Amino acid sequence: MTRRLLPYPLLVLLLWGMWLLLQQSVRPGQLLLGLVVAFLAGHAMAALRVPRPKLRRLWKTLELFWLVTVDILHSNVAVATLILFRRHRAETSAFLLMPLKLRDRNGLAVLACILTAAPGTAWLEYNPTTGMVLVHVFDLVDEKQWIERIRHRYERLLLEIFQ
Amino acid sequence: MISDVDIPVAVAVLVAACVLFGAFLTMVGCLGLARLRSFYLRIHAPTLGTSFGVLFILAGSVLFFTVSGGRIAVHEVLIMVFVSMTTPVTLMLLARAALYRDRAARSEELPLWARNPSQAGAAVVDVVSAASETESRS
Amino acid sequence: MSATILTWSLVGAQAMIGIAILATVYRLVKGPRAQDRVLALDAFYVCGMLMLLTFGIRTAASFYFEAALAIALLGFVSTVALAKFLMRGEVIE
Repeated sequence: MTRRLLPYPLLVLLLWGMWLLLQQSVRPGQLLLGLVVAFLAGHAMAALRVPRPKLRRLWKTLELFWLVTVDILHSNVAVATLILFRRHRAETSAFLLMPLKLRDRNGLAVLACILTAAPGTAWLEYNPTTGMVLVHVFDLVDEKQWIERIRHRYERLLLEIFQ
Repeated sequence: MISDVDIPVAVAVLVAACVLFGAFLTMVGCLGLARLRSFYLRIHAPTLGTSFGVLFILAGSVLFFTVSGGRIAVHEVLIMVFVSMTTPVTLMLLARAALYRDRAARSEELPLWARNPSQAGAAVVDVVSAASETESRS
Repeated sequence: MSATILTWSLVGAQAMIGIAILATVYRLVKGPRAQDRVLALDAFYVCGMLMLLTFGIRTAASFYFEAALAIALLGFVSTVALAKFLMRGEVIE
């Protein structure tokens, strides 16, 4: 029953928050209007029949968020130093093909966003039949170390959250 | 104007540091975009500006408007959320488009094993087996 | 005192963002391929948005945010459309 009434509760909540942020007010009128808009948007989303992601262990997302923020900061500093001070004869960037155990589409989307948002790595292509992903790494010194890093830092947590 | 605003010097220094650092990161990212040699290198550069470049400038802005306006300014959070959610999507789409075009044009920018998606698996069997070895050990 | 610090740091920040914009324009003009130009255009949008944000702090006016948000939206949509175009040769499938 609640599922029929409120198909995507988290989306509705986020949209409501966004509306209030845009309006910069929490007057009753805006609260009500934002709720109506968010509710309608949730139903519009339901009409598209997007499969609901099954999230488990929600507190792990906080851990992931913190991990990603710190890693992106490190990656920022590393890439900025390389751009400013490296002589471009030294070629260390390379393509990296690695297998993933993660199969959930939402989890893969999150992993792709993490890798692309970090300046050091860019997600290029995923092959769903073989489960192989093609990643471009800006400063690839040790291939195995990068594969380990992606597995142990992100894929492990994403497997716990999404599968 | 800014000269009419009265905020403590310590806060002003903090705002200045945030804004300058954010702008510096953005500049480095864009200089990388101009300097780096291949497309797949250049695709890394703009994320400097869109991750912590934007974050620092927005942090400075939040700090400034909160202190000078006397109320908590959270408007900037929206821009941060929006930029950090959309940049990976655009870059990924662009990377896929570039990969597709480079494969169609048999570009030199791709290594031989990555030029054909169906054959890409064969050349890296050693990498994969090495990785699974380390995994079984741990 | 604090107004002086803020004014000069913002001028410095705007100068750096200006250099960033020049760099993206260089890449936009030079190319060499279409994907490079689209990437440069995306970075150009982000720099433009940041420039507006610094103007917002300089004038202590908050209406620059709506403009920045609109630019961010436009940049996202146009880059996605252009990337789709590069991949398939048509925007709407």
